[in-house]
Amino acid sequence: MSFVEYSECIQDSDVAIIYLGHNSVMPVKVQHGAQTQTRYGVIRHSSDLIGQRYGSKVTCSKGGWVYVLHPTPELWTVSLPHRTQILYTTDIATITMMLDLKPGSIVCESGTGSGSLSHAILRTIAPTGHLHTVEFHKQRSEKAAEEFSEHRVSHLVTVRNQDVCKDGFGVTGVADAVFLDIPSPWEAVGHAKAALKKHGSQRDFFRCFYCINGLKKPDGDSNIRVETFGRILPSTSRCSHRAAPPGSCWSSGTETTQPHVSGTTSMSRQLSQELMIHQSSVAWDNLKLPWRLWWTVKLQDAKHKMNQMRALNGERSVNTRSVSIPGVT
Amino acid sequence: MADTGDDDDDRYRIKEGDYVVLKRGDIYKSVQILPKKKVIFEKQWIFLDNAVGCLYGDTFEIGAGGGLQPQNTKTTESPPDSKVAGTDNRNIIDDGKSQKLTKDDIEKLKDQGLRGQEIVQQLIENSSTFSNKTGYAQDKYIKKKKKKYENTVTVLRPNCRILAMMYHGREPGKICHLRYDTLAQMLTLANIHANSKVLVFETCAGLVLGSIMERMGGFGTVIQMFPGEGPVRAGVESFGFPAHFYETLHEFPICHLNALEAGTLNKRPVAGEKESTAEEEEVLPGADQQDGSPDDQSMETVSGDAKVQDQKQKEEEKRREAKALEKKVKLEEKQRKLAAAAAQLDGRNADGLVIASRFHPCPVLLRLLRFLSPSRPFAVYSQYLEPLIECYTKLKEQGGAVGLKVTDTWLRHYQVLPNRTHPRLLMSGGGGYLLSGTTVASERSAGSLQSEEPAPKRQKLKDTLG
Repeated sequence: MSFVEYSECIQDSDVAIIYLGHNSVMPVKVQHGAQTQTRYGVIRHSSDLIGQRYGSKVTCSKGGWVYVLHPTPELWTVSLPHRTQILYTTDIATITMMLDLKPGSIVCESGTGSGSLSHAILRTIAPTGHLHTVEFHKQRSEKAAEEFSEHRVSHLVTVRNQDVCKDGFGVTGVADAVFLDIPSPWEAVGHAKAALKKHGSQRDFFRCFYCINGLKKPDGDSNIRVETFGRILPSTSRCSHRAAPPGSCWSSGTETTQPHVSGTTSMSRQLSQELMIHQSSVAWDNLKLPWRLWWTVKLQDAKHKMNQMRALNGERSVNTRSVSIPGVT
Repeated sequence: MADTGDDDDDRYRIKEGDYVVLKRGDIYKSVQILPKKKVIFEKQWIFLDNAVGCLYGDTFEIGAGGGLQPQNTKTTESPPDSKVAGTDNRNIIDDGKSQKLTKDDIEKLKDQGLRGQEIVQQLIENSSTFSNKTGYAQDKYIKKKKKKYENTVTVLRPNCRILAMMYHGREPGKICHLRYDTLAQMLTLANIHANSKVLVFETCAGLVLGSIMERMGGFGTVIQMFPGEGPVRAGVESFGFPAHFYETLHEFPICHLNALEAGTLNKRPVAGEKESTAEEEEVLPGADQQDGSPDDQSMETVSGDAKVQDQKQKEEEKRREAKALEKKVKLEEKQRKLAAAAAQLDGRNADGLVIASRFHPCPVLLRLLRFLSPSRPFAVYSQYLEPLIECYTKLKEQGGAVGLKVTDTWLRHYQVLPNRTHPRLLMSGGGGYLLSGTTVASERSAGSLQSEEPAPKRQKLKDTLG
């Protein structure tokens, strides 16, 4: 068993997914002599699981039955223990396509969170790619590393416990794609640029994604999930002293460690001219949601810009609440 | 910085014979770079020779003769900041007369070889209402004119995303109106990854097949089931895969599935081959005879001609023999491939199934599911919802699949500009529907419509009995 390769039969120390019913799945670590309680009864690993074929029906002690399935990133996403809000399969699918992921891709990701997207990326880039994932929360990064090892994919991933905004991804010039899902993605953009390949990034397979945290939980089949992901248009520069077009963030300001201040390279422009918002839904109730979302974006941008200006002037940063920000109604 | 690592660069440089995608704005077109070949793109003739040796992603300007020139430093983006602008449009009357340049004037400018940016500048200067527009409206005007008059094209490396967008924009009918995000869902829900064996049944011009091959990276096996005579793979070429990818690709005609399952498959191609060679042998003597008679006649007339005709006859015979041999080799090859594909299918151990076609998916799905191992995902795409509901119901009845879901996704584009962020247009119902699920070990016990919760019932019985 491995999350990147199928196998036929269940073995000791595999991770299997127990299918209890529609929308009800749970992961199980198969071990000799262990037992798992389900609402249909007890499953005894040694007799009921080990040696059985994946996909077979398992009868539990009370007479009920369940199915045992081979783990896939999709099943993992709906059954994993949440440590943070996660990304669900619909968005993961779109992200995988938009980042042009395929076997051999090198990907940088932050934050790792509960590892939902990470597993999906690993499945796609195996066996020749690599994932560099960064998580600033110590326990979460350790738990993620543990899970990768249990799922037999640790050779494809490096987990780093650091702050991507300060220390970057830990690698430079290797990535085909970068994914950011953090509270202030614009702070990590410089590091993202450093991590991307010289040509691959600026020429073809370069996409940098922000994921604003306005995620909502899905309800069964009818999901509303709205994220904005921005695409930074690469500056196709051959010489090193080119001013990047406004609307992209590769302005000369990013080369230094000073924050940009000037009006023309405002933070809100960093979100570039093209954002695609992906919305999968059947329920019409929450039509307000997208508006709230970009409202959040705008608000954060303005706050950030203000804080930067204040920082330069030696003042302290301000909290959003106590400030009436001009221009934002 | 640009000079170091030229070897690495090689991978990112355009080569002759490469398949590339031309892009301008939202318009894409897939072409092959061939020397001195004229390509039409957006009503313009282009020669792509100058693109060879440049990096993928570079933007070029289309010169007068259709040749490409690398685009210089973009100074087009920043309009002078100190432009005069109005506050609102209450006094702007749209009478179509605010632009002083006529169509002919603009054509003249184009002929003079002015670049797009300069034409736009001329248009701005000759517009009487431009300075009355608000700043935002001026930006919008400039953008619109640039889109119309700019002469640039970007050369991109083809991949699943770009080709899916291209097909969706240009010829959605060819791909059953499969939107690119629905394609993304399909690839993920079917867990397409390297080192697996995937069955594909599609009539989407090879786009779905190509996407799957890309996701598998040349590892594993892809078996394409095709209706009719031969598989349609036009789209796969546009991906520009290296040759070894095609070694993992098999095809199998779906009309022979019955024979495969009954175990009677291999006999037919062999018989066919024998028949065809027999026919050819009959044809050859007949042709010879026909050639023989004019030969006879000519021998009576001129002996010199007869010798020439003899030679011709021999050459023709040789050609015919060669052709016959070719045909035989091809048939053998075909049979070998068929046998190889059949061998792959025989194990009934495929790891994934993807269906995306204009045909009703139900019979195809039910037949092909038998070739999957248990606990493997499958995804079925259909432009309409009803066929998938039928599939869903039938699968629920017959069992053998869990986690069945019918989904569709919406895609909305947003314009994001400072103070001007808003959704652009809503596409809903335009992307097709997906049915996905996971196979399980099926039980063929007769007449068992098993409910999902037998346990409570049994408990009650026990209670009453015990």
